[in-house]
Amino acid sequence: MNAAGAGSAHPPDEPDGPGPVTLSLGAARRRLAVDMLGIVASTSAFGVVFGLSAAQRGHFSLVETVAMSVIVFAGASQFAGVSLVAAGTPWPAIVLLTGLLNIRHLLYSAALAPWFKAVPRARRAVMAHVLTDEAFALSLAHFRRLGRADVGGYWLAAIGSTFIPWNIATIVGFLGGQSIVAPERFGLDVVFPAAMAGLAVGLVTGRREIVAIGAGVTISLVVALAWDARIAVVAGGLLGPLVGLAVPERRAATRRGASAGSGASGPTDDGPDVAGARDPLP
Amino acid sequence: MSVELVGLALLMGAVTYPARALPLLAPGIERLPRIALAYLRLVGPAVLGALAAVNTVIVTDDAGAAHVQLGVGWLAVGCCIAIVAVRRNLFLGLVVAVAVAALARAANLA
Repeated sequence: MNAAGAGSAHPPDEPDGPGPVTLSLGAARRRLAVDMLGIVASTSAFGVVFGLSAAQRGHFSLVETVAMSVIVFAGASQFAGVSLVAAGTPWPAIVLLTGLLNIRHLLYSAALAPWFKAVPRARRAVMAHVLTDEAFALSLAHFRRLGRADVGGYWLAAIGSTFIPWNIATIVGFLGGQSIVAPERFGLDVVFPAAMAGLAVGLVTGRREIVAIGAGVTISLVVALAWDARIAVVAGGLLGPLVGLAVPERRAATRRGASAGSGASGPTDDGPDVAGARDPLP
Repeated sequence: MSVELVGLALLMGAVTYPARALPLLAPGIERLPRIALAYLRLVGPAVLGALAAVNTVIVTDDAGAAHVQLGVGWLAVGCCIAIVAVRRNLFLGLVVAVAVAALARAANLA
Protein backbone atom coordinates (compact mmCIF):
# COMPACT_ATOMS: atom_id res chain seq x y z
CA MET A 1 0.00 0.00 0.00
CA ASN A 2 1.47 3.34 -0.94
CA ALA A 3 1.19 6.71 0.71
CA ALA A 4 -1.81 7.60 -1.41
CA GLY A 5 -3.78 4.78 0.11
CA ALA A 6 -3.56 2.35 -2.76
CA GLY A 7 -4.08 -1.29 -1.86
CA SER A 8 -2.74 -4.46 -3.40
CA ALA A 9 -1.42 -4.92 -6.89
CA HIS A 10 -3.66 -6.51 -9.50
CA PRO A 11 -5.04 -9.71 -8.02
CA PRO A 12 -4.20 -12.74 -10.18
CA ASP A 13 -7.65 -14.25 -9.76
CA GLU A 14 -9.63 -11.15 -10.64
CA PRO A 15 -12.12 -12.47 -13.22
CA ASP A 16 -11.55 -10.34 -16.27
CA GLY A 17 -8.15 -8.92 -15.51
CA PRO A 18 -7.54 -5.21 -15.38
CA GLY A 19 -6.28 -4.70 -18.92
CA PRO A 20 -3.33 -2.43 -19.56
CA VAL A 21 -2.52 0.25 -17.00
CA THR A 22 -3.35 3.52 -18.73
CA LEU A 23 -3.89 6.06 -15.98
CA SER A 24 -1.86 7.44 -13.10
CA LEU A 25 -3.40 7.54 -9.63
CA GLY A 26 -4.16 11.24 -9.95
CA ALA A 27 -5.73 10.88 -13.39
CA ALA A 28 -7.72 7.84 -12.32
CA ARG A 29 -9.07 9.65 -9.27
CA ARG A 30 -10.04 12.64 -11.38
CA ARG A 31 -11.95 10.29 -13.66
CA LEU A 32 -13.51 8.68 -10.59
CA ALA A 33 -14.61 12.09 -9.33
CA VAL A 34 -16.30 12.82 -12.65
CA ASP A 35 -18.01 9.44 -12.61
CA MET A 36 -19.25 10.17 -9.12
CA LEU A 37 -21.17 13.29 -10.11
CA GLY A 38 -24.10 11.46 -11.65
CA ILE A 39 -24.20 9.00 -8.78
CA VAL A 40 -24.25 11.82 -6.23
CA ALA A 41 -27.17 13.45 -8.05
CA SER A 42 -29.27 10.30 -8.26
CA THR A 43 -28.39 9.16 -4.74
CA SER A 44 -29.40 12.55 -3.35
CA ALA A 45 -32.66 12.55 -5.26
CA PHE A 46 -33.62 9.11 -4.01
CA GLY A 47 -32.47 9.90 -0.50
CA VAL A 48 -34.92 12.79 -0.48
CA VAL A 49 -37.65 10.46 -1.74
CA PHE A 50 -36.84 7.96 1.00
CA GLY A 51 -36.95 10.62 3.71
CA LEU A 52 -40.19 11.91 2.26
CA SER A 53 -41.73 8.42 2.25
CA ALA A 54 -40.67 7.77 5.84
CA ALA A 55 -42.17 11.08 6.97
CA GLN A 56 -45.42 10.77 5.05
CA ARG A 57 -46.21 7.27 6.21
CA GLY A 58 -46.17 8.54 9.74
CA HIS A 59 -44.55 5.58 11.41
CA PHE A 60 -41.00 6.85 11.43
CA SER A 61 -39.41 9.57 13.53
CA LEU A 62 -36.38 11.46 12.28
CA VAL A 63 -34.07 9.37 14.47
CA GLU A 64 -35.56 6.14 13.15
CA THR A 65 -35.35 7.32 9.56
CA VAL A 66 -31.72 8.34 9.92
CA ALA A 67 -30.96 5.06 11.70
CA MET A 68 -32.28 3.24 8.65
CA SER A 69 -30.05 5.18 6.31
CA VAL A 70 -26.95 4.88 8.49
CA ILE A 71 -27.29 1.31 9.73
CA VAL A 72 -29.05 -0.48 6.89
CA PHE A 73 -27.75 1.80 4.13
CA ALA A 74 -29.48 -0.19 1.40
CA GLY A 75 -32.08 1.80 -0.47
CA ALA A 76 -34.48 -0.78 -1.86
CA SER A 77 -34.78 -2.61 1.45
CA GLN A 78 -35.20 0.71 3.26
CA PHE A 79 -38.10 1.61 0.97
CA ALA A 80 -39.53 -1.85 1.48
CA GLY A 81 -39.10 -1.50 5.24
CA VAL A 82 -41.04 1.76 5.34
CA SER A 83 -43.90 0.25 3.37
CA LEU A 84 -43.99 -2.96 5.38
CA VAL A 85 -43.91 -1.16 8.71
CA ALA A 86 -46.77 1.03 7.53
CA ALA A 87 -48.70 -2.11 6.56
CA GLY A 88 -48.15 -3.64 9.99
CA THR A 89 -45.96 -6.48 8.74
CA PRO A 90 -44.25 -8.38 11.57
CA TRP A 91 -40.60 -7.55 12.10
CA PRO A 92 -39.29 -11.08 11.38
CA ALA A 93 -40.86 -10.96 7.93
CA ILE A 94 -39.33 -7.54 7.27
CA VAL A 95 -35.92 -8.75 8.38
CA LEU A 96 -36.20 -11.88 6.23
CA LEU A 97 -37.11 -9.85 3.19
CA THR A 98 -34.27 -7.41 3.87
CA GLY A 99 -31.77 -10.24 3.99
CA LEU A 100 -33.00 -11.62 0.69
CA LEU A 101 -33.05 -8.23 -0.99
CA ASN A 102 -29.49 -7.46 0.08
CA ILE A 103 -27.85 -10.80 -0.47
CA ARG A 104 -26.72 -9.58 -3.88
CA HIS A 105 -23.96 -7.78 -2.02
CA LEU A 106 -22.25 -11.15 -1.67
CA LEU A 107 -21.41 -10.89 -5.33
CA TYR A 108 -19.95 -7.41 -5.06
CA SER A 109 -17.96 -8.31 -2.00
CA ALA A 110 -16.62 -11.43 -3.67
CA ALA A 111 -15.59 -9.48 -6.76
CA LEU A 112 -13.71 -6.91 -4.68
CA ALA A 113 -12.11 -9.40 -2.29
CA PRO A 114 -9.08 -10.21 -4.47
CA TRP A 115 -8.25 -6.52 -4.78
CA PHE A 116 -8.21 -5.99 -1.03
CA LYS A 117 -6.12 -8.99 0.01
CA ALA A 118 -3.37 -6.72 1.33
CA VAL A 119 -5.73 -4.53 3.33
CA PRO A 120 -5.89 -5.32 7.08
CA ARG A 121 -8.91 -7.43 7.98
CA ALA A 122 -10.27 -4.89 10.48
CA ARG A 123 -10.26 -2.20 7.81
CA ARG A 124 -11.94 -4.54 5.33
CA ALA A 125 -14.66 -5.13 7.92
CA VAL A 126 -15.36 -1.42 8.04
CA MET A 127 -15.13 -1.03 4.27
CA ALA A 128 -17.82 -3.68 3.91
CA HIS A 129 -20.48 -1.56 5.58
CA VAL A 130 -20.38 1.07 2.84
CA LEU A 131 -20.32 -1.43 -0.03
CA THR A 132 -23.28 -0.59 -2.24
CA ASP A 133 -24.18 -1.02 -5.88
CA GLU A 134 -22.71 2.38 -6.64
CA ALA A 135 -19.55 1.94 -4.58
CA PHE A 136 -18.93 -1.39 -6.24
CA ALA A 137 -19.43 -0.14 -9.78
CA LEU A 138 -17.36 3.01 -9.27
CA SER A 139 -14.46 1.40 -7.44
CA LEU A 140 -14.11 -1.66 -9.64
CA ALA A 141 -14.00 0.50 -12.75
CA HIS A 142 -11.48 2.74 -10.98
CA PHE A 143 -9.26 -0.19 -10.04
CA ARG A 144 -9.31 -1.51 -13.58
CA ARG A 145 -8.35 1.85 -15.01
CA LEU A 146 -5.56 2.04 -12.46
CA GLY A 147 -4.48 -1.59 -12.75
CA ARG A 148 -4.44 -2.05 -9.00
CA ALA A 149 -6.54 -1.43 -5.92
CA ASP A 150 -6.83 2.03 -4.42
CA VAL A 151 -8.24 2.03 -0.93
CA GLY A 152 -8.51 5.82 -0.91
CA GLY A 153 -10.45 5.66 -4.15
CA TYR A 154 -12.79 3.09 -2.63
CA TRP A 155 -13.55 5.33 0.33
CA LEU A 156 -14.07 8.24 -2.01
CA ALA A 157 -16.50 6.25 -4.13
CA ALA A 158 -18.35 4.63 -1.23
CA ILE A 159 -18.63 7.55 1.14
CA GLY A 160 -18.41 10.55 -1.16
CA SER A 161 -20.80 9.34 -3.83
CA THR A 162 -23.30 7.51 -1.70
CA PHE A 163 -23.09 7.41 2.09
CA ILE A 164 -22.90 11.15 2.74
CA PRO A 165 -25.34 12.26 0.01
CA TRP A 166 -27.82 9.50 0.94
CA ASN A 167 -27.87 10.43 4.60
CA ILE A 168 -28.02 14.18 4.11
CA ALA A 169 -30.78 13.75 1.54
CA THR A 170 -32.69 11.46 3.90
CA ILE A 171 -32.80 14.23 6.51
CA VAL A 172 -33.75 16.86 3.94
CA GLY A 173 -36.54 14.66 2.58
CA PHE A 174 -37.87 13.83 6.04
CA LEU A 175 -37.98 17.43 7.21
CA GLY A 176 -39.42 18.61 3.89
CA GLY A 177 -42.01 15.83 3.91
CA GLN A 178 -43.23 16.82 7.36
CA SER A 179 -43.96 20.33 6.20
CA ILE A 180 -46.19 19.21 3.33
CA VAL A 181 -49.76 19.06 4.60
CA ALA A 182 -51.54 17.30 1.72
CA PRO A 183 -48.90 15.40 -0.27
CA GLU A 184 -51.45 13.76 -2.56
CA ARG A 185 -52.41 17.19 -3.87
CA PHE A 186 -48.93 17.46 -5.34
CA GLY A 187 -48.88 13.88 -6.57
CA LEU A 188 -46.30 12.92 -3.96
CA ASP A 189 -48.28 9.90 -2.83
CA VAL A 190 -47.40 8.11 -6.07
CA VAL A 191 -43.65 8.57 -5.57
CA PHE A 192 -43.29 5.42 -3.52
CA PRO A 193 -45.13 2.92 -5.75
CA ALA A 194 -43.68 4.56 -8.86
CA ALA A 195 -40.16 4.26 -7.44
CA MET A 196 -40.70 0.62 -6.57
CA ALA A 197 -42.11 -0.15 -10.02
CA GLY A 198 -39.31 1.73 -11.75
CA LEU A 199 -36.68 -0.04 -9.69
CA ALA A 200 -38.23 -3.39 -10.58
CA VAL A 201 -38.17 -2.55 -14.28
CA GLY A 202 -34.58 -1.37 -13.95
CA LEU A 203 -33.56 -4.80 -12.70
CA VAL A 204 -34.99 -6.63 -15.69
CA THR A 205 -32.27 -8.27 -17.75
CA GLY A 206 -34.23 -11.15 -19.22
CA ARG A 207 -37.60 -12.83 -19.31
CA ARG A 208 -37.04 -14.58 -15.98
CA GLU A 209 -37.16 -11.23 -14.21
CA ILE A 210 -40.27 -10.23 -16.12
CA VAL A 211 -42.02 -13.46 -15.14
CA ALA A 212 -40.84 -13.11 -11.52
CA ILE A 213 -42.24 -9.58 -11.38
CA GLY A 214 -45.53 -10.65 -12.93
CA ALA A 215 -45.84 -13.57 -10.57
CA GLY A 216 -44.83 -11.47 -7.57
CA VAL A 217 -47.43 -8.86 -8.43
CA THR A 218 -50.18 -11.41 -9.00
CA ILE A 219 -49.44 -13.42 -5.88
CA SER A 220 -49.20 -10.34 -3.68
CA LEU A 221 -52.53 -8.98 -4.91
CA VAL A 222 -54.28 -12.31 -4.48
CA VAL A 223 -52.86 -12.77 -0.99
CA ALA A 224 -53.79 -9.20 -0.03
CA LEU A 225 -57.38 -9.57 -1.21
CA ALA A 226 -57.97 -13.13 -0.09
CA TRP A 227 -55.92 -13.36 3.07
CA ASP A 228 -53.82 -10.63 4.66
CA ALA A 229 -52.37 -7.46 3.13
CA ARG A 230 -49.57 -7.42 5.72
CA ILE A 231 -47.90 -10.52 4.32
CA ALA A 232 -48.82 -9.98 0.68
CA VAL A 233 -45.46 -8.47 -0.33
CA VAL A 234 -43.50 -11.16 1.46
CA ALA A 235 -45.54 -13.87 -0.26
CA GLY A 236 -45.10 -12.27 -3.69
CA GLY A 237 -41.41 -11.65 -3.10
CA LEU A 238 -40.66 -15.20 -2.03
CA LEU A 239 -42.92 -17.14 -4.41
CA GLY A 240 -42.57 -14.94 -7.50
CA PRO A 241 -38.92 -15.93 -8.08
CA LEU A 242 -39.87 -19.61 -7.99
CA VAL A 243 -42.20 -19.00 -10.94
CA GLY A 244 -39.43 -17.04 -12.65
CA LEU A 245 -37.02 -19.94 -12.25
CA ALA A 246 -39.41 -22.17 -14.17
CA VAL A 247 -38.77 -20.09 -17.28
CA PRO A 248 -35.72 -20.94 -19.39
CA GLU A 249 -33.13 -18.22 -19.05
CA ARG A 250 -32.66 -15.94 -22.02
CA ARG A 251 -30.81 -12.74 -21.42
CA ALA A 252 -31.71 -9.49 -23.11
CA ALA A 253 -29.11 -8.09 -25.48
CA THR A 254 -28.70 -4.97 -23.37
CA ARG A 255 -28.05 -6.72 -20.08
CA ARG A 256 -25.25 -4.39 -19.09
CA GLY A 257 -27.38 -1.34 -19.57
CA ALA A 258 -29.98 -2.57 -17.18
CA SER A 259 -29.40 -0.12 -14.38
CA ALA A 260 -32.08 2.54 -14.18
CA GLY A 261 -31.83 5.95 -12.63
CA SER A 262 -30.24 9.20 -13.53
CA GLY A 263 -27.00 7.92 -12.13
CA ALA A 264 -26.90 5.11 -14.63
CA SER A 265 -24.32 7.01 -16.63
CA GLY A 266 -21.78 5.83 -14.11
CA PRO A 267 -19.51 2.93 -14.91
CA THR A 268 -21.20 -0.40 -15.27
CA ASP A 269 -18.13 -2.54 -15.78
CA ASP A 270 -19.23 -4.83 -13.07
CA GLY A 271 -18.13 -8.22 -14.28
CA PRO A 272 -20.16 -11.16 -15.46
CA ASP A 273 -21.36 -12.38 -12.09
CA VAL A 274 -23.16 -9.28 -10.98
CA ALA A 275 -24.86 -8.03 -14.12
CA GLY A 276 -28.53 -7.73 -13.43
CA ALA A 277 -28.04 -7.59 -9.71
CA ARG A 278 -27.70 -3.84 -9.40
CA ASP A 279 -30.31 -1.31 -8.57
CA PRO A 280 -29.90 2.45 -8.62
CA LEU A 281 -30.10 2.86 -4.89
CA PRO A 282 -27.46 2.25 -2.24
CA MET B 1 -39.46 11.22 19.49
CA SER B 2 -39.93 7.51 18.88
CA VAL B 3 -36.85 5.29 18.65
CA GLU B 4 -38.56 1.90 18.60
CA LEU B 5 -37.83 1.35 14.93
CA VAL B 6 -34.11 1.84 15.52
CA GLY B 7 -34.28 -1.75 16.74
CA LEU B 8 -35.72 -2.80 13.41
CA ALA B 9 -32.97 -0.87 11.63
CA LEU B 10 -30.39 -2.74 13.68
CA LEU B 11 -31.93 -6.08 12.76
CA MET B 12 -32.11 -5.12 9.10
CA GLY B 13 -28.49 -4.00 9.26
CA ALA B 14 -27.53 -7.25 10.98
CA VAL B 15 -28.85 -9.32 8.06
CA THR B 16 -27.40 -6.98 5.45
CA TYR B 17 -23.86 -6.70 6.77
CA PRO B 18 -22.84 -10.37 6.40
CA ALA B 19 -23.56 -10.30 2.67
CA ARG B 20 -21.30 -7.28 2.34
CA ALA B 21 -18.54 -8.52 4.61
CA LEU B 22 -18.22 -12.29 4.46
CA PRO B 23 -16.56 -12.62 1.04
CA LEU B 24 -14.18 -9.79 1.92
CA LEU B 25 -13.27 -11.42 5.22
CA ALA B 26 -13.61 -15.09 4.31
CA PRO B 27 -13.14 -15.58 0.54
CA GLY B 28 -15.02 -18.50 -0.98
CA ILE B 29 -18.06 -18.31 1.23
CA GLU B 30 -20.07 -16.68 -1.55
CA ARG B 31 -19.99 -19.83 -3.70
CA LEU B 32 -23.65 -20.66 -3.50
CA PRO B 33 -25.29 -23.22 -5.80
CA ARG B 34 -26.18 -21.78 -9.18
CA ILE B 35 -29.89 -22.28 -8.64
CA ALA B 36 -29.72 -20.41 -5.34
CA LEU B 37 -27.98 -17.46 -7.00
CA ALA B 38 -30.57 -17.46 -9.78
CA TYR B 39 -33.38 -17.43 -7.21
CA LEU B 40 -31.80 -14.63 -5.20
CA ARG B 41 -31.39 -12.47 -8.28
CA LEU B 42 -35.11 -12.72 -8.92
CA VAL B 43 -36.11 -11.78 -5.38
CA GLY B 44 -35.37 -8.09 -5.88
CA PRO B 45 -37.57 -7.58 -8.96
CA ALA B 46 -40.36 -9.70 -7.47
CA VAL B 47 -40.38 -7.86 -4.13
CA LEU B 48 -40.25 -4.44 -5.75
CA GLY B 49 -43.02 -5.35 -8.19
CA ALA B 50 -45.16 -6.64 -5.33
CA LEU B 51 -44.54 -3.50 -3.31
CA ALA B 52 -45.53 -1.30 -6.24
CA ALA B 53 -48.68 -3.29 -6.94
CA VAL B 54 -49.91 -3.46 -3.36
CA ASN B 55 -49.25 0.23 -2.77
CA THR B 56 -50.98 1.23 -6.00
CA VAL B 57 -53.96 -1.08 -6.05
CA ILE B 58 -54.82 -2.14 -2.52
CA VAL B 59 -56.46 -0.06 0.21
CA THR B 60 -57.29 -1.41 3.63
CA ASP B 61 -60.39 -0.27 5.49
CA ASP B 62 -60.72 0.26 9.23
CA ALA B 63 -61.73 -3.36 9.72
CA GLY B 64 -58.53 -4.51 8.04
CA ALA B 65 -60.21 -5.78 4.88
CA ALA B 66 -58.35 -5.14 1.63
CA HIS B 67 -60.07 -3.68 -1.42
CA VAL B 68 -59.02 -2.83 -4.95
CA GLN B 69 -58.63 0.88 -5.58
CA LEU B 70 -58.71 2.31 -9.08
CA GLY B 71 -57.22 5.78 -8.96
CA VAL B 72 -54.83 7.98 -10.84
CA GLY B 73 -51.99 6.05 -9.23
CA TRP B 74 -52.38 3.36 -11.89
CA LEU B 75 -51.76 5.86 -14.64
CA ALA B 76 -48.90 7.60 -12.87
CA VAL B 77 -47.08 4.39 -12.04
CA GLY B 78 -47.68 3.11 -15.57
CA CYS B 79 -46.07 6.24 -16.98
CA CYS B 80 -43.06 5.74 -14.72
CA ILE B 81 -42.72 2.11 -15.81
CA ALA B 82 -42.88 3.08 -19.48
CA ILE B 83 -40.24 5.75 -19.10
CA VAL B 84 -37.87 3.51 -17.18
CA ALA B 85 -38.35 0.74 -19.73
CA VAL B 86 -37.63 3.04 -22.66
CA ARG B 87 -35.22 5.63 -21.28
CA ARG B 88 -33.68 3.72 -18.36
CA ASN B 89 -34.11 6.86 -16.30
CA LEU B 90 -35.90 6.34 -13.01
CA PHE B 91 -35.68 9.90 -11.85
CA LEU B 92 -37.39 11.16 -15.00
CA GLY B 93 -40.02 8.48 -14.53
CA LEU B 94 -40.72 9.69 -11.00
CA VAL B 95 -41.00 13.30 -12.08
CA VAL B 96 -43.49 12.37 -14.79
CA ALA B 97 -45.47 10.16 -12.41
CA VAL B 98 -45.78 12.97 -9.87
CA ALA B 99 -46.74 15.45 -12.60
CA VAL B 100 -49.41 13.14 -14.01
CA ALA B 101 -50.96 12.57 -10.59
CA ALA B 102 -50.85 16.26 -9.63
CA LEU B 103 -52.32 17.42 -12.94
CA ALA B 104 -55.06 14.80 -12.92
CA ARG B 105 -56.11 15.87 -9.45
CA ALA B 106 -55.90 19.55 -10.26
CA ALA B 107 -58.21 18.90 -13.22
CA ASN B 108 -60.55 16.83 -11.03
CA LEU B 109 -59.93 13.79 -13.19
CA ALA B 110 -59.07 11.66 -10.18
